[in-house]
Amino acid sequence: MKVVPFIVTASVVLLSACASTPPAAPSDTMGGAAPVTAGNGTAGSGSELKPAQTLPEVDARAAEAAAFAGVNGKSVFFDFDQSSIRDADKATVQAHAGYLNKYKTKVLIQGNTDARGSREYNLALGQRRAESVKQGLEVLGVKPEQIEAVSLGKEKPRATGTTEQDYAENRRADFLYQ
Amino acid sequence: MYSFFAVARRFLLCCLLLAAPLARADLTVDIVGGGINRYPLAILPLTNEEWLPDAVTSTVKSDLAMTGMFNLLNVPATGAPLDASYWQQQGARAMVYGRVTRLDGGMLRVTFWADALAPREQKLAMEFDVHPSQLRDVAHRMADMVYEALLGGKSLFASRIAFVIQVGKEWRLQVADVDGRRAQTVLRSNEPIISPAWSNDGGRLAYVSFENKKPIIYVQDLSTGQRKVLANFKGSNSAPAWSPDGRRLAVVLTTSGNSQIYLLNADGSGLQRFSYSSAIDTEPVWSPDGRSIAFVSDRSGSPQLYVQPVDGSRNARRVTFQGSYNVSPSYSPDGRQLVYVQREAGRFKVMLLELASGDSRQLSTSAYDESPSFAPNGKMVLYASDQGGRSVLFAASVEHPGRVRLGVIEGEVQDAAWGPYNP
Repeated sequence: MKVVPFIVTASVVLLSACASTPPAAPSDTMGGAAPVTAGNGTAGSGSELKPAQTLPEVDARAAEAAAFAGVNGKSVFFDFDQSSIRDADKATVQAHAGYLNKYKTKVLIQGNTDARGSREYNLALGQRRAESVKQGLEVLGVKPEQIEAVSLGKEKPRATGTTEQDYAENRRADFLYQ
Repeated sequence: MYSFFAVARRFLLCCLLLAAPLARADLTVDIVGGGINRYPLAILPLTNEEWLPDAVTSTVKSDLAMTGMFNLLNVPATGAPLDASYWQQQGARAMVYGRVTRLDGGMLRVTFWADALAPREQKLAMEFDVHPSQLRDVAHRMADMVYEALLGGKSLFASRIAFVIQVGKEWRLQVADVDGRRAQTVLRSNEPIISPAWSNDGGRLAYVSFENKKPIIYVQDLSTGQRKVLANFKGSNSAPAWSPDGRRLAVVLTTSGNSQIYLLNADGSGLQRFSYSSAIDTEPVWSPDGRSIAFVSDRSGSPQLYVQPVDGSRNARRVTFQGSYNVSPSYSPDGRQLVYVQREAGRFKVMLLELASGDSRQLSTSAYDESPSFAPNGKMVLYASDQGGRSVLFAASVEHPGRVRLGVIEGEVQDAAWGPYNP
């Protein structure tokens, strides 16, 4: 493209803007990078083939599976703008602590918030909820190294409506076992 | 002449970098309040424009309307008289007119003028020789030149915006022209993406991705598409903000057990803690002089804005005192103002704070605004908001009431960030 300024004021702007720019070759191609696709989560199921197991090992695995089924998917819920564990949810934290203490696995605690307000401030509120659960687990004997507290803020609502019931459903901390 | 040639090429390459063929939607200009103090301007259609693949005049008009600084007179698409006294009688202070002619080799010559009418004085006369695919770049350039010739000061169309849209179960980080057109997806993911932040050279975006079950900060080079992890510490990693020199970022980490602001180098090294509270400190933004960081903290019991010097003094000064929920600050380019979001009676609205006086005023009239940011000339603010149950992008003038809905194409707009002037 050629630009021919007719008047002085415009040419001064252009001259000052191009002082250090070498002429670029014309191009018909799109210079932009192709869109990047974010990778999927790397955490796999971790199931591996094992050598033949003795009967007690099979029993132990069955017991662990039953214990896991007892805590898996059990979440903790929070009041509006609150991060303290309600009395009704203390048993849930205790159950997770019991599992973690017995089987020494690792857990990711994801805090969540309802949809109202700043994304980043909500992320921090969700973090406060996850940390609150983490502290409860630690008091119950779970080692800090077993726990990672993170937040999904308002980004991953389980309920997508806008009723108070939906909001309450989303003020939540989930336990993800690895 | 050679140097003009060079700068023109550079300008066009920058734009071509981001030209992506996506569906189109035009701006919806929603100016309220009568046009008092707006510059009355007649923009006549370019002669022969009806043969062009991409109309130039309509883009110039929507650009200038979007700024909120002009009162564009009604001009018929055909038969508008090229008559200064006629447009002066209609109330115009200036008129823009021109023509398109065909050159050898498929190129087009776009020639245009801007004349003040009383007394008549030529303010601008320009000629662009372009390939037909570059007409939209010419239109944005024309809008900038008309703006600067008639109003003085810097215009804003030589910049880009970034935003996140959610389309079904997919999140897309996009970069587009200021009017929302020619959006190009730079990242797509099946998990949320939030908090895009421009480096000051406009070459990189930092953002937060949830693709690995937790928030992790990435930096992506826009010209190569290469991305790398900037911060993946135990806990959450979020709210990236570039220092004005592009060497450092402020981020929010939770390694202390609460959300606190840290500084690190652009390569991820040199981590140091910046904020010290037992509360939530988040949403850092650097002042344009690089000396301070504004952020949100609820150390007083409710989220409020604070400003703290970067010199290590830890001396945070609270700057908002009205309302119980003030979040998402963004500095004006001169560092004198902050835009932010205030919640009041369940409504979230964009506010403008004068830092020297502490006065703040409402910029938007809507109910659910988020992530405001300034244009690089400081005259407009971009933000996401709800309209008819859908989340869309708006731009509002800082000086005049009204707002413009940007032509963003599909999905729900989430975060948005106005970038710096194109390199």
